[in-house]
Amino acid sequence: MVEPVSPLGAAWKPGSYANAAGVTGVALSETRPGSIVQAAAWRGEEKALIAAIGKVSGLALADGAGAGVFKDNKAAFGFAPGRFLVVDQKEGLGDTLAAAVKAETGTVTDLSHGRTAIRIAGARAEWVLAKFFAIDFSLTAFPVGAGRSTAHHDIFALIQRTGPEQFDLYVFRSFARAFWSALCHASEEVGYEIS
Amino acid sequence: MQITCPYCGPRDLAEFAYQGDANRTRPDPASTDQQVWNAYVYDRTNPAGEHREYWQHAGGCRSHLLVVRSTLTHEITSVGFVHDKTPSPARSRRRGSSKGAGA
Repeated sequence: MVEPVSPLGAAWKPGSYANAAGVTGVALSETRPGSIVQAAAWRGEEKALIAAIGKVSGLALADGAGAGVFKDNKAAFGFAPGRFLVVDQKEGLGDTLAAAVKAETGTVTDLSHGRTAIRIAGARAEWVLAKFFAIDFSLTAFPVGAGRSTAHHDIFALIQRTGPEQFDLYVFRSFARAFWSALCHASEEVGYEIS
Repeated sequence: MQITCPYCGPRDLAEFAYQGDANRTRPDPASTDQQVWNAYVYDRTNPAGEHREYWQHAGGCRSHLLVVRSTLTHEITSVGFVHDKTPSPARSRRRGSSKGAGA
């Protein structure tokens, strides 16, 4: 089995970095899922794909823009019309999902080693993310489980709200270290800890 | 300027890529009428007012959109998916392509 290596490398510096007031407002971490899989439905086959995702992952996805679920260390959300990201802490989801999705329903692409998952949690998580992305991070506009696709300059990011004060971000592996470093800098104002 | 993506909701202009005038109709590829091709490639109406345009939500869901925008005020009166509109005879030939006019 291939041992995944974090692309954060030397930029990963665990510890507590409180702000001038001695507060740590956010916690940053890398969730390191074993499987990150993109599933895309042909037009008109969205419901069949949602059913297949539900059958394999046990996650009941609602049909609607950006709808998603997060439970039991698994996550799924829509990020574009007919396209979904399905995440599992265990490896092998790409193969099981590909076996469950018929060719006439859609396609399954295993992105496990192509994306890096970064978690930001804490009372000031919305504040920090709002520095990066021009979208509404309030709980009413961006409910728990929902996903959004957006970009910070040229770094494309998929964001899922996985708790009232917690977000999981998926960025391209090749941009992960730059994005992580920028996220740490942006968090200095509110204080942060890395674990 | 903001564009309200039908999937993602209102997003900043920086997330979108302009893909050209949506008023043009590609001539029959078999046509050798130089005037028709010249008009297709070079002629633009340049209206002072509402203008149909193709945009792509490149920094978001990557959908191709048909946007009606005022060239005077930047007011956007409608946004929809390109594939929801009735394709013109010329566009429907380009099967699988929703990339707009391909300008």
